[in-house]
Amino acid sequence: MKHVLQTTEVAGQSPNWLLARLDDLVNWARANSLWPMPFGTACCAIEFMATAASRFDFARFGMERQAFSPRQADVLICAGRVPFKLAPVLRTIYDQMPQPKWVISMGACASTGGIFDNYAMVQGIDTVVPVDVYVPGCPPRPEGLLYGVLLLHKKIKGESLSDAELRAEHPLDERGQHLPAPKVDELSEPFGNSIQQYRSS
Amino acid sequence: MNPTVESLRATFGTAIGRSLVARDGETAAVVSRDALRDVMRWLHDTPGQEYDYLVDITAVEYRDRERPLEVVYFLRALARRADLRIKVELDPAVELAVDSVVPIWAGANWLEREVYDLFGVTFRGHPDLRRILMWETYREGFPLRKDFPLRGRFSRAEQVRQALAANPEAHYSMEELSIAESYEDLPAEMKERLRKGERARIPYSE
Repeated sequence: MKHVLQTTEVAGQSPNWLLARLDDLVNWARANSLWPMPFGTACCAIEFMATAASRFDFARFGMERQAFSPRQADVLICAGRVPFKLAPVLRTIYDQMPQPKWVISMGACASTGGIFDNYAMVQGIDTVVPVDVYVPGCPPRPEGLLYGVLLLHKKIKGESLSDAELRAEHPLDERGQHLPAPKVDELSEPFGNSIQQYRSS
Repeated sequence: MNPTVESLRATFGTAIGRSLVARDGETAAVVSRDALRDVMRWLHDTPGQEYDYLVDITAVEYRDRERPLEVVYFLRALARRADLRIKVELDPAVELAVDSVVPIWAGANWLEREVYDLFGVTFRGHPDLRRILMWETYREGFPLRKDFPLRGRFSRAEQVRQALAANPEAHYSMEELSIAESYEDLPAEMKERLRKGERARIPYSE
């Protein structure tokens, strides 16, 4: 588990005063001009559209321009359930995004598979791409997504240019996996009502 | 009861099994597997019948393992506004195969592919019988069969690995490719991938 640095700690641990001030400036700029790449597959995408529209208006947080091309995007917002058939598409889009990039997993299905604990559904997109912020809800209200975006702002403002690992690319390993197999199985364990259903039923 | 059933019995005799009226008032008739193609052709072509619209094809497997698997055809005569269901009973222990009706209704193409994909029923004479909803390299079986486990046969890790190994840009044929006309302008590496299609093996399996 990686220790997330708080803004004050970054200033304390950075190599010098100049870099710390540069961090503040860069993070301020990055956090306040996030271009979202919507990956909307289900009802969460409707709430995402509501969040983008005038009533909730996430342009207030610097997300005015939605990047429908991964090459110009900063944050991938996966809104909705992802079947296994779509997993390589999601991974490709994530790989195509340039650094710095972040991922918001919006809704129960994207985060855990939700009620779709079956043969066709990815049990949480964190088994496919790394996720920064999980927004719970089925679907989350626009306020929920905005709260997730603000959490991401907070996270970005704690990052440091001196930490190269933050911006390192992690392509799929030689077996074509993003996480080790036991980890994927652990993340995909049934929970809640799903534990009443057996694999063999 | 739809009067077509009586005409069917008069024409095909014992090839027509039991018939029933479903709760929504539609008539269903069970047809023997060997007579299916002839019966369907007769329903489509005979004046006075003219079932010119194939609404849907689906399959039913009952929880009772003794009962056969049914393939159900939903027919409609548009001009007469008449509906008819035709059922074929297949014994999974013997062979899940039935004649394709694509030569009669071209729209049956994708419907039969779907039944094949999810139930494993083979349609003899289908021009292009392959999976349509699940991806082509899917190898866990036929998901809507009663003996198929809810979460699939493989572990989640294996399912994720196989899914990520799929090539989302691969197409089955140049005809399905939206950029087919600009094929010559593509980079050599992409041409090579398109030429091979997705029928490549999954790495690190077996």
